[in-house]
Amino acid sequence: MRSILLSAFAALAVATLGCEKKTAPVEPPKPADVKPLEGKPAPAPAADTGDIIIGEVGSLTGSEAAFGISTRNGIELALEDANAAGGVKGRKVKVIVYDDQSKPEEAASATTRLITQDKVKLVLGEVASSNSLAMAPICQDNKIPMISPSSTNPSVTEKGDYIFRVCFIDPFQGFVMAKYAREELKFKNVAILKDVKSAYSVGLTEVFERKFAEMGGKVLGIESYAKGDTDFRSQLTAIKKLKPEGLYVPGYYNDVGIIARQARELGLKTVMMGGDGWDSEKLFELGGKAIEGSFVSNHYSPEDPSPQVQNFISKYKGKFGGVPDSLAALGYDAANVAIEAMKRAPDLSGPALRDEIAKTKDFPGVAGTISMNEKRDAVKPAVVLQVVDGKFKYVATVKP
Amino acid sequence: MYGFLQHLINGLAAGTIYALVALGYTMVYGVLKLINFAHGDVMMVGVYVGYAVAFLMGREHFGTFAGVMLVFLVSMLACAAFGLLIERFAYRPLREKPRLTSLITAIGISFALSYGFQLDLAVNLGGTSYTLLPGAASRAFPEIIVPNQWFEFGSDDQSVIIWNWQVISFLIAAALMVGLQLLVFKTRFGRAMRAVSFDHRVAALLGIPVDRVIAGTFMLGSALAACAGLLYAIKDTSVQPLMGMYIGLKAFVAAVIGGIGNVPGAVVGALALGLCEEFVVGYTSSSWRDAVAFGFLILVLLAKPEGLFGRVQAEKV
Repeated sequence: MRSILLSAFAALAVATLGCEKKTAPVEPPKPADVKPLEGKPAPAPAADTGDIIIGEVGSLTGSEAAFGISTRNGIELALEDANAAGGVKGRKVKVIVYDDQSKPEEAASATTRLITQDKVKLVLGEVASSNSLAMAPICQDNKIPMISPSSTNPSVTEKGDYIFRVCFIDPFQGFVMAKYAREELKFKNVAILKDVKSAYSVGLTEVFERKFAEMGGKVLGIESYAKGDTDFRSQLTAIKKLKPEGLYVPGYYNDVGIIARQARELGLKTVMMGGDGWDSEKLFELGGKAIEGSFVSNHYSPEDPSPQVQNFISKYKGKFGGVPDSLAALGYDAANVAIEAMKRAPDLSGPALRDEIAKTKDFPGVAGTISMNEKRDAVKPAVVLQVVDGKFKYVATVKP
Repeated sequence: MYGFLQHLINGLAAGTIYALVALGYTMVYGVLKLINFAHGDVMMVGVYVGYAVAFLMGREHFGTFAGVMLVFLVSMLACAAFGLLIERFAYRPLREKPRLTSLITAIGISFALSYGFQLDLAVNLGGTSYTLLPGAASRAFPEIIVPNQWFEFGSDDQSVIIWNWQVISFLIAAALMVGLQLLVFKTRFGRAMRAVSFDHRVAALLGIPVDRVIAGTFMLGSALAACAGLLYAIKDTSVQPLMGMYIGLKAFVAAVIGGIGNVPGAVVGALALGLCEEFVVGYTSSSWRDAVAFGFLILVLLAKPEGLFGRVQAEKV
């Protein structure tokens, strides 16, 4: 939308300038106008002293802002821990965060800026797969390792050998939910409502559809919406006519909340299911009672009694208030994997860091133990959670 | 047949909301020849004011006539005041500058509002925290009018449903549009507005308080936008700071289709756009909606560059 407005504006500006050229010639830019950019101090050319700078790109504003903010909080916490424990090679680790407004094109330019201007050692981000896919080729070309905390679309790490993730991938997540729906909930037929604009949603839909059919279930129909829509009544009316037992909505929390409400208004009482894209406190605010009883596949459950998880939760609560969602946990894990790799690496060059991240094995993350496989994806179990009384409640763990 | 009727009703309901926003664009363009790109964002501000009022007045007043009136009135008044401020401090100082300057300022205000509202800012006064800026995440709009079906005919699979918000927004929008028409053609202020729109320099020579008329136009347009925004928020049950960009752009398209500067044209353009979108979503898929809506704009502009109801104006060079 913004780009339409901008291009309309640009066209207008060009047209007007064209008309006014005779009277007011365009002045060449004065040197003073360009100066501030060049005058910016080059960030630490002597690479062996001072703080170690890493970069993060996140959706701090825009449609998936809650994801970006949680992830940033998680990363901040991890760096605080690491710096309190002496930092890396005796130096403090600092993160530069850029907002991408939940848009792939902004994510790409933020990544370029981190690498070329701020000279970061590695890049953390993004949550949404569409944004990570825009960032990955830039990191790969510049030989700067990138760790995505929670992009689950498989093609993200296929962009090259510098791209990693600390979460499981969609084929596994889709399989988990299809299996749970078919074997535990005993659904015979389901319908799917997917977001055609998101790589994450399209990928999950594909896997769920195939796996559910393989297990003997039937997908009655797939309806679609586009990110940014706020009226889903036409699609939901079509789904209601199919009379499915379950409705799989592999979208993001901000859309899902509204979808659930409008579904219940239309009298569609079907049990809803989703993925880790649902995981945000905002879901309960937006969806209210409408999402009660729904099931999601996710990375971790805050109910996990292990001291490591509980310790993380209490630290997070103390600093930011509120229970960390899985995005915060994965942000924390991604930063810790990066810090460990930097500690082990002989130097902080891209190739050296890449090799060390690839060697990550049995790393105890708060959202499960992380081992990188040959495709640079983390192999770890998923949990199934149910919405009960406005909270996610743990119901099952599914191992790969 | 049932499907067609249902889409017709949904399209008209959506169109009335666009129409209220489009009126603001068209009125400001009429008097100032300025495309006020910040108009959609003023609408968004109105929605957040409504959100705050609903939140402060408490859940027990939701669904009551007085409660709904309070939310609408406070939000519309706040928006009118806000429109006045923007006009006074952003546009008036630039009125004698080239038109492009005001246009760029409008875009600047639009960005400042839609991104400013994505910041989290709260102040702590006497132990309670007051949110000043709402932050980027979508919020559920309080159910001041609980959406439900007022009317349904036909059986389960073949039926036409009319929602309460559709009827309410249609009535409110129709009443406001009739009111606006009366204001423009039957009152002194309306006559002054039309005079300013014709030529503001000559109008000033004849003793019309141009500044006041322009400020009044902004206030009126902003209040209508606030009302439209609230109707939209009730329909879609959620609010977020970028909503103004999106609805604003659609309403702008509607105003251009109808012939920008023309009041009935804006309404017809908005209804046409609402119907067009609804039929596209209903019969093809929602991904086609924006492409078809903007394609429709291009078609209209190709066939009739001044818009459906616009007048061709000789341009003095």
